[in-house]
Amino acid sequence: MNPVPQNLFGIHTQALDLWQRRADVLANNLANADTPGYLARDIDFRKALSAAGVGSDGALPLEAPSAGQIGSGPGTGPAALAYRVPTQPSMDGNTVDAQVEQADFAANSVHYQASLSFITAQIRMLRTAISGGQS
Amino acid sequence: MSLYSIFNVAGSGMAAQSLRLNTVASNLANAESVSGTPEGAYRAREPLFAAVHAQQQSGGKDAGAAQGVQVLGITESQAAIPQRYEPGNPLANADGYVYASNVNPVDELVNMISASRSYQNNVEVMNSAKQLMLKTLTLGQ
Repeated sequence: MNPVPQNLFGIHTQALDLWQRRADVLANNLANADTPGYLARDIDFRKALSAAGVGSDGALPLEAPSAGQIGSGPGTGPAALAYRVPTQPSMDGNTVDAQVEQADFAANSVHYQASLSFITAQIRMLRTAISGGQS
Repeated sequence: MSLYSIFNVAGSGMAAQSLRLNTVASNLANAESVSGTPEGAYRAREPLFAAVHAQQQSGGKDAGAAQGVQVLGITESQAAIPQRYEPGNPLANADGYVYASNVNPVDELVNMISASRSYQNNVEVMNSAKQLMLKTLTLGQ
């Protein structure tokens, strides 16, 4: 018999955390759409996920949110937070393009819901396994 | 850091934009105000926005990322005050001049449109965040 997998939901718990952070960054860009000198930022998802230590074997590292805790990997650091390359910067130095941010925010929401759906499906599968298909 | 902070961020954006809308309303209302002295004339007001940066003690995970927008203060336009010769005006000075406001109505209308669009953007962000949170609450059902 196979052992119970260490992480039931695979990469999706990490992905949810990243989508959440990215939604926060994009919301900040939209809130500062009229702030002079504000530079739009974004998270490089692929870089952040590889920084989270997700290797080819799918093994996930421990997280160390506070200083006293011991983590097993570098964790999702601020290095993944990059500045957006402006397509048409305005005269006051602001590089927020509201349309780009809106599109990215919408796509980000869809990705977040996709990760939620994957987790929900996994939970359903386990429920079916526990109850033997008799709900 | 969670979806909750998006409410703060979008809320700060909405507050800033509504203050901008407020100054536009004040400027348009006073566009035709006159005064007897150049100092007393109404000057167009405009808010000064700045990004709020996360405190270092908030974990350091996202240090340097902005946490919403704040209004640093209200600035007054330094454009020239137009003077008009109106000896019949009760506010006119000894030479018969009154000093009008330096409000440019076209500028104000453009500002109004921009502020209301930005406000709507923030409302949409807040709605999306709310929907995502509600979906997360029903996770696994």
